[in-house]
Amino acid sequence: MATETLTATATATGSSPRRRGGGTRRDENLAGWLFVAPVIVILGLFLLLPILMALWVSLTDWNGQGSPFTGDVPFVGARNYTQLFTEDGLARRDFMTSIRNNIYYVAIVVPAQTVLALGLALVVNNRMLKGKSFFRSAFYFPSVTSSVAISVVFLFLFANSGAVNALLGFVGIDGPEWFADSRGVLHLLFGVFGVDSPPAALADGGPFGLSWWDWLAGPSVAMISIITLVVWTTSGTFMLMFLAGLQNVPVTLDEASTLDGASRWQRFRYVTLPMIRPTTFLVLTLGMIGSWQVFDQVYVMSQGDPAKTTLTPAYLSYRTAFRDFDYGSGAAISFVLFLIIIVLTLIQRRALAERDTDRPRRGWRRRRVPERS
Amino acid sequence: MAVLTDRPAAVPARRQHRAARTLATRFLGYATLVFFGLVFLYPFVIQIGNALKTEPDAAANPLSPFPDPLTLAGFERIFAGTNFPLWLGNSLLVTVLVTLGRVFFDSLAGYALARLRFRGRSGLFAAVIAVMAVPGVVLLIPKFLVLNQLGIYNSYAGLVVPLLADAAGVFIMKQFFESIPVSVEEAARIDGASIFRTFWSVVLPMAKPALITLTILSFQGSWNEFPHSLVSVQDPDLFTLPRGLADLVSGSLGKGTQYPLKLGAALLATIPVAIIFVVFQRYFVRDANDGSDKG
Repeated sequence: MATETLTATATATGSSPRRRGGGTRRDENLAGWLFVAPVIVILGLFLLLPILMALWVSLTDWNGQGSPFTGDVPFVGARNYTQLFTEDGLARRDFMTSIRNNIYYVAIVVPAQTVLALGLALVVNNRMLKGKSFFRSAFYFPSVTSSVAISVVFLFLFANSGAVNALLGFVGIDGPEWFADSRGVLHLLFGVFGVDSPPAALADGGPFGLSWWDWLAGPSVAMISIITLVVWTTSGTFMLMFLAGLQNVPVTLDEASTLDGASRWQRFRYVTLPMIRPTTFLVLTLGMIGSWQVFDQVYVMSQGDPAKTTLTPAYLSYRTAFRDFDYGSGAAISFVLFLIIIVLTLIQRRALAERDTDRPRRGWRRRRVPERS
Repeated sequence: MAVLTDRPAAVPARRQHRAARTLATRFLGYATLVFFGLVFLYPFVIQIGNALKTEPDAAANPLSPFPDPLTLAGFERIFAGTNFPLWLGNSLLVTVLVTLGRVFFDSLAGYALARLRFRGRSGLFAAVIAVMAVPGVVLLIPKFLVLNQLGIYNSYAGLVVPLLADAAGVFIMKQFFESIPVSVEEAARIDGASIFRTFWSVVLPMAKPALITLTILSFQGSWNEFPHSLVSVQDPDLFTLPRGLADLVSGSLGKGTQYPLKLGAALLATIPVAIIFVVFQRYFVRDANDGSDKG
């Protein structure tokens, strides 16, 4: 449809022999808008418009019946938002639980995937090893597979009689029932020191309706399995970014520092690490932005269970809207999450912009990674 | 000594001094590579092995890649006992349409933003950059609202149309078009070719690398797409593979864990992307690094 119009106009303008000067300008103006029209329509209709619609719905109590844009839908103002932050109740408890879960999730996933990705990149970048391109692909492969399919595999790996528990059995550890275990890892750690139940000081009175003891639970055992899956799937992508960063470290610099008697650790710490700082920053921020969006894995593996310890804001917003039919509250959760992610993105873009002004812009071709090292 | 031959630039005086340590480094390097190679690939080996096992065997020997006895019962039940063939068909349809749409619309827009001088261009580009930052998961409810309002919820249109263009693809194409010399196009334009003709027969053929990248990304993205199918359809006849798979796992199977069946279905859903990955690896690699701007 749009295609035909485009071809038609384009050929129509093309048939005119006089096309220099002002005519070309006008042609380009029209053609420019026609060329971008399909993208504008699709993104406008399915991205911008829906965000505005959801903003409206987040101010109502729409339950999914009929259209949310009629006078019959009760307008509640900011109540869906205040329920998440200031009013004591189930909505706030669930929301704050999901925020807590996601904070612990980010706190483990981001450092773990960054360190693993950097380590893999350093090994794969080692000039003395052969067969690196095979391993590079092997490490990257999980990143391109379907999140749902891979979650199914990890459900099996972490099953009660699964591969992970079989491995743990080899070293004499009786593995937990991963997806039924809601115990927080920090709570388990406190338990080692004999603190099994909340001390009086922590039993209640924490911020936002959760007790301090609940805030300090740590990720649950079930969440650990999701964390493992995510670190495993994302490290490959970030490894490639580190590899690209490492290509920018001049070999001569490394050589010079070796001549100066720097040890391997010193070279890494004082030469390599400072040189790849922009990449590290990129990986850290992209990691944070990505980890606030975890959804597919939670949907497939745990649905927020056990005891809501794998609930994340993204999954909670889905569940609130599509299971509990409380679309207003669900949309409000989405917008809070949106805000969190946008703030992280702005921080990242600002820092990247500063970095880019420091050095000449590189074109497409220069951005390529050498195909085989 | 031979170990350093791939580095002719190395300073000769230091070679002897480093020989012993080099050997140790290499050994450690290979050990690390092999260990992590296993960590990253063995789950897939387990998946293939267990998909061919009987259910008791899979439960008793989850780590072993060798089925004993080997059985195709899991796969038979995938095709006889589930709607897998239907999901496969839906996924193929959606993937082909979305890929075609993205490649065409994204390159059109990318070309306009890179080359055509029209009013509002810089504003539009800024908008594209902004849109790239919008996280997909916060769009679940919004997308449902708009599909519902437009009356295409629970239809193929709802499954396909919203995915027909993506900002990241526009960005990739724009970057690429800016990197090719403008002189060829100018020659074509002076010869009287229309803007669309110049784009279609002169510029696009030069953009093959970027087009392949975009095709692969779109294919992979739409083949694996899950959240969108979750909020755009509800009729099991319209399920795509990831949606059907998620449905299998969440208990539509009835009794038993049925891991061989589930792993087999997940395996079949992974194979197309795996093939594309092996064949077009370097395009994937490039994407991951361009992704640095995508957010």
